[in-house]
Amino acid sequence: MNSIETKELTKVFKTRTAVDALNLSVGEGEFFALLGQNGAGKTTTIRMLCCLTQPTSGEAYIMGKSVTKEPLEVKRLLNVSPQETAVATKLSVAENLELVGRLHGMSKAEAGERAAEMMAQFKLADRAKDRAKSLSGGMQRRLSIAMALITEPKVLFLDEPTLGLDVRARRELWSHIEALKGKITMVVTTHYLEEAEKYADRIAIMEAGRIVALGDAQEIVSVSGKENFEEAFLSYTTEVE
Amino acid sequence: MNKRMLAFAGRNLKELLRDPMSLIFGLGFPIVIMSLMTILSNSIAEMPGLFSINSLAPGTTVFGQAFVSLFAGMLIASDRENSFLMRLFTMPLKASDFILGYSLPLLGVAMLQGVICLLYAGILGMDLNVNFFMTLVTLIPTALLYIGFGILFGTIFTYKQVGGVSSVLVNVAALLSGTWFDLSMVGGAFHTVCYILPFAHAVDMCRAALLGNYAAIPAHLWVVCAYAVVVFALSVLLFRSKMRVK
Repeated sequence: MNSIETKELTKVFKTRTAVDALNLSVGEGEFFALLGQNGAGKTTTIRMLCCLTQPTSGEAYIMGKSVTKEPLEVKRLLNVSPQETAVATKLSVAENLELVGRLHGMSKAEAGERAAEMMAQFKLADRAKDRAKSLSGGMQRRLSIAMALITEPKVLFLDEPTLGLDVRARRELWSHIEALKGKITMVVTTHYLEEAEKYADRIAIMEAGRIVALGDAQEIVSVSGKENFEEAFLSYTTEVE
Repeated sequence: MNKRMLAFAGRNLKELLRDPMSLIFGLGFPIVIMSLMTILSNSIAEMPGLFSINSLAPGTTVFGQAFVSLFAGMLIASDRENSFLMRLFTMPLKASDFILGYSLPLLGVAMLQGVICLLYAGILGMDLNVNFFMTLVTLIPTALLYIGFGILFGTIFTYKQVGGVSSVLVNVAALLSGTWFDLSMVGGAFHTVCYILPFAHAVDMCRAALLGNYAAIPAHLWVVCAYAVVVFALSVLLFRSKMRVK
């Protein structure tokens, strides 16, 4: 069974079609990157898959569960690290993690144990009692991803996970994400093409709500007839005005 | 009770209690007003009876409840603006879990505020007796009304706007509630408008409870409850629409 399956998934905002009859399959354990210019439809696609936006038409399934008919079931299977760090700023690192665990139905003790594991894994243990707002941008990102992983989701959505981070923090974050490859299905959106090229199993390039290129980085370059991935990406997308 | 909702409510209580400036302002302002008015009332013989502590305390206590709309609005608008609420919307929680999770700790804060205001009024000389408990009960629909307003503001407005809009509500509610002047002395259309809105009823209900005049409570109670239901329903509808963009 595919982790993610969309069938003619469409979202129209008034007169603008943000996502246009999207057909997509993402396999279990696959690391899938969704690329495109601003306004290409990446975030709207992820929002529909996470049950945050109601599709205008079409359907999407997460582990076989319909996002329109079984949203609560779908939400039990996935987790998200949004574009913004999206942490509770007045709660401590440990409290943020425990909260997410408990909102997914864990007992207090179980959430505490999982939070300790996550803090060790993401090198946050020494900041466990510090309020989230006191963390650096890179640490807040790590916390955000740890919050998305504490529930052991089947599908993880990472929306611009390295946005605004310096080179060192980006590299460190990617090492954490890379360690998850093959264990859970991950869908990432990013504007850093080299990150998608380096880490993703498959890449979809979106343009005006449609997928215009799909495959691994090598395939996309070769089909485009361009010299490298960046050139290929530019050939598939148009300049944003 | 649903343990997910309780976990969320626990988080919200922590967020509220860890914003001491808001709490100090919300609790301190009514206390400062009661203190000042009592000093003036004791110093100036011509001060109207409205400013005696027995009359002033119910109005000021209800006035203090209005600050709950500010707490609620700021909490929700802040969650919206840093996308924490969006993260929460991807979790297996129902709309009712969110509404209850926000409302219960706010109701707790409102009741704590009511207790502190009334006990302080007792220190200033107000008669404290068994009616204290009935007064607290009459504060519940008023608190829910202001929580409803807060959820509404937090759902619609930005964090910065919530401060301004809530201040307008606090001031309008104070002006039209009969806390600072006798509404019957103004009379006319102003008096009628004041008694079409719920704020004067909230104060009168609180006064009736403190005096032990329980028979007078229902006439005010149903107006405050009706407004609370309408405002709450509106806030729930808007909040639900934010949970899933159509």
